[in-house]
Amino acid sequence: MAVMNDLRTMKNAAWLGWQMEANWADPFLFATYSVVKPISATLILVFMFMVVTGGDTDNAYFSYMFIGNALYMYVAEVLFGVTWVIHDDREHYMTLKQVYIAPINFYAYILGRSAIKIIITTAGVIITLTFGVLVLGVDIFLGDVDWLLLAVSAALGMGCICVLGLALGGITFLTARHSIGINEGVAGIFYVMSGIIFPITALPTWAQSISKVLPVTYWMDSMRRALMPDAMAELSSAAALDITGLGGFSNLYIMIYLAISAAIFFVLSLAVFRFADGVARRKGKIDWTTSY
Amino acid sequence: MSDGWVIRNLRAVKGRAYPRIIGAKREPSWLFFEIVLPLFTVAAYAYVYQFMDARAELIGYVVLGGAMTAFWLNVLWAMAAQFYWEKEIGNLQLYMIAPISRMSILAGMALGGMFSTTVNAASTLVIGALIFNVAFHISSPFMLVAIFLATMVALYGMGMMFASLYMLFGREAHHLSNLMTDPVYLASGFFFPVKYLGAWVAAGASFIPITLGLDALRQMFFTGAAEDAFLSLEAELLILLGLCVVFLILAHYSLRYMEYLGKATGRLTLRWQ
Repeated sequence: MAVMNDLRTMKNAAWLGWQMEANWADPFLFATYSVVKPISATLILVFMFMVVTGGDTDNAYFSYMFIGNALYMYVAEVLFGVTWVIHDDREHYMTLKQVYIAPINFYAYILGRSAIKIIITTAGVIITLTFGVLVLGVDIFLGDVDWLLLAVSAALGMGCICVLGLALGGITFLTARHSIGINEGVAGIFYVMSGIIFPITALPTWAQSISKVLPVTYWMDSMRRALMPDAMAELSSAAALDITGLGGFSNLYIMIYLAISAAIFFVLSLAVFRFADGVARRKGKIDWTTSY
Repeated sequence: MSDGWVIRNLRAVKGRAYPRIIGAKREPSWLFFEIVLPLFTVAAYAYVYQFMDARAELIGYVVLGGAMTAFWLNVLWAMAAQFYWEKEIGNLQLYMIAPISRMSILAGMALGGMFSTTVNAASTLVIGALIFNVAFHISSPFMLVAIFLATMVALYGMGMMFASLYMLFGREAHHLSNLMTDPVYLASGFFFPVKYLGAWVAAGASFIPITLGLDALRQMFFTGAAEDAFLSLEAELLILLGLCVVFLILAHYSLRYMEYLGKATGRLTLRWQ
């Protein structure tokens, strides 16, 4: 019964999230918005690459960069999406207190609202990758894709990002004017340190040590291994150099690392969320508004 | 136009600029985020160029472009979208009944925003330059100041014009500002020379003042930037001055029309759309 209630909460929260994301414009305008934004962000990197190479995109590194940037949308949007639920409901719509005291599982509500973010982001990622393959010759060949690795890696990585978002959501209970900065800061650290658009070997040695602890580094690498195995093999063994910095790790090692990270983050995130929730209740911050 | 009207409007400019300037002091942690956050993008793009053994100027362009993003974000979120936020918290009607020009309120926001954003952008520029060993060579300080001021006036004039549109927006304000971030970074060549987009696209993007402003600043800061220039410095300054006039006039008429439209359709005080 409780599970059915949670599923119903998630379904309705997802529907609410969809309405909030999409019904401000007619469907055509919303579709245009959803396509233009991710593609233009990726094209910045494409032009940077072309300025240096003189227009040559037939290069394993180009595919590495393009895919990393496309997948990074998940990190940015999902992290931001989870915390924005709390900020938006509390500050802008002032409905958080009603949702909070409703006889529903609050986690289910947040997960439902976040699920719609994941679905919209997935559409953006697919459109960007399709554009990359068809127009720019990104090295993804459906016959070569390691589907099992892709499915396991996507599930583990998404789990990791969602639970991290939950911890940041808890912090949002306590901060009004800093949640956006904290989110963007965490996402920014991943962007620089996790081998999103350049291999971690380009970083100074001290930074590479941090990179090798971050689960997003392993997630990015495993997703690339699944989507473009030949190009990754080329990069990992180019001139006997391990350009990616993770060439020595097997797929199994990376999956185990991701699974353990997700489990640790899950426990930590729940603890952070519960602690922040308790503090927010004691200090009366659940229905706190700051006009920000 | 009496002396009293002028003084009242000048006081409105000062009054609206004041919270923008003093606000930075009240919330010092924001200063940290506003300086550090652009550095992540700068660092990532600089490492991409470094990894590809690109010429040194390109890394300099990234640092300069990263610093200039602060102005575009300020114009989008704190100028254009500001009337939307004011409407949401109930201040817009107070502005409407005050015996002052709406342009004065926006000019105050622009001045205050420009001041604090210049401090943030300069910090990002200096820190970025130190981290990535970027060398700047200022060939003509007078021209540099002229280009920068013309870019700012044209850019914030554009922000005032957008503010009139945002006055009537509901949630689409947030989405529109989001939409105008990355596409403008691309079209205006924040992280690579705009000329590589092709002459027609670069010419179209020149309606966004920061496109030509950035191109001109690059030419003045970096010795090898002439080969990446879209237009000559003089031509860019002239166009920017023209854009200053055009955007300020358009902002004036657009604000009047949108205010009328807002009153006629009852949307000036409509919240939570």
